[in-house]
Amino acid sequence: MRSLLALLVLAGAAQAGDAPPKMAPDPVALERLVVQDCGSCHGLTLKGGLGPDIRPQALEYYEPDVLQTVILDGMPGTAMPPWRPLITEAEAAWISEYLLKGEAP
Amino acid sequence: MKRAISILALAVGLATPALSDTMATGDLGLIIERAKGSVILVDQSDRAALARIEGLGDLSHASVVYSSDERYAYVFGRDGGLTKVDIVTRTIANRVIQAGNSIGGAISDDGELVAVSNYEPGGVKVFDAVTLELVADIPTGSKTIGLVDAPGRKFVFTMWDTGETWIADMNGAEPAITKIPDMGKNPYDALITANGRTYITGLFGEDGLTALDLWDETPEPIRVLPNYGRGQEDMPVYKMPHLEGWAHTGADFVLPAVGHHEVLWIDATTLEETGRTQTHGQPVFAMARPDGRQVWVNFAHPLNDTIQVIDTVSKEIIHEFKPGPAVLHMEFTPRGHEIWVSVRDEGKVKIYDTQTFELLREIEADSPSGIFFTARAHRTGL
Repeated sequence: MRSLLALLVLAGAAQAGDAPPKMAPDPVALERLVVQDCGSCHGLTLKGGLGPDIRPQALEYYEPDVLQTVILDGMPGTAMPPWRPLITEAEAAWISEYLLKGEAP
Repeated sequence: MKRAISILALAVGLATPALSDTMATGDLGLIIERAKGSVILVDQSDRAALARIEGLGDLSHASVVYSSDERYAYVFGRDGGLTKVDIVTRTIANRVIQAGNSIGGAISDDGELVAVSNYEPGGVKVFDAVTLELVADIPTGSKTIGLVDAPGRKFVFTMWDTGETWIADMNGAEPAITKIPDMGKNPYDALITANGRTYITGLFGEDGLTALDLWDETPEPIRVLPNYGRGQEDMPVYKMPHLEGWAHTGADFVLPAVGHHEVLWIDATTLEETGRTQTHGQPVFAMARPDGRQVWVNFAHPLNDTIQVIDTVSKEIIHEFKPGPAVLHMEFTPRGHEIWVSVRDEGKVKIYDTQTFELLREIEADSPSGIFFTARAHRTGL
């Protein structure tokens, strides 16, 4: 499971050109994850689908650490899965900042 | 009469460039470029891209149905856009934004009505296939999924929130709705068989599926494989599976299990389980080749670089390969000799021989997702 993210990170690094593979959050890989994989339920523009709208104005009442917990552990009783098996806490923190700001932190 | 003739003459005059280079559409298709809001027109027998048509909006999770003459494609976009594409002139013939957030569509058996199911606001809207004018608005108070066409100018669809299936008979001035409650918790998608008899919805909120016999005067929910995951731990679901009209292999239906690494086999007559096949990951699509001999399966994130092929006689995996990162969709040629596979993160659609599994051709596309050939025009439920 982790190997996929390593691959994603590697792919992101390869796109960026000179950056060596690293385990710190990789903005290119994570942005792709948000747009494509979060987007499969929340919509490519994150305005909602089977899952709710997660654009900044819809999330403004949430603290970053609450969002981070939802991302890591999911929302029991809903279709939101826990992403902890696939991403690190640092990556979840990056994603929650990204969602709140609507752009890379 | 004279006026009719002059209109005809005008139409013929306008169409002359097309007529001089006659455009047969029977082996064409569209590939969705989900991020760009465009579609690529392709020729399936030439294995070639012909043109890109742009301006279709947010096409994540987009799907397509075709007019019965295979000239027009109706593209249902996530942003609620319904776009009518003329594949002969390669232009957008018409486009309406019909809702805030839609999930799929269908065309009536007579080709006159196009229906769209919506998440927000929840319900189904029905449009005139020629003009795209609104014919009927059917609010359901729920995210609405699993919309299919059924014989007799009907549409069938199901509610994620309330677990009801509705049958809308479109023969009168107003839709006549038959409501079937108690289909199960959180239905996520549905299919109808090619003969229009069996409607099956998959459940996310509980293990199992629910079928309806649409030939019954008063269809009742039929529980299929309740508790199929009993004794196993549910895994997180990173992508909802899809149910499609390709599930029928002849003797059986083959269906993805939610939250498990397996596909389920159900006898098409008795709806009893006939087997399970353990798979590489959580299946997204399990699609029978049109002759029913093979089933091709792709998988949810993060195992979505792989396809497995299952023999439907032995129910065993006979081939596994990795087309590339993020395999989103597959489409067989109408008689199944080749399959087109969209590999989103590589930006390619790859074409394989289904007998030898040889890679035959690659077509460049921007984040390709759904692939839809015009032969779908003549199938119920596609």
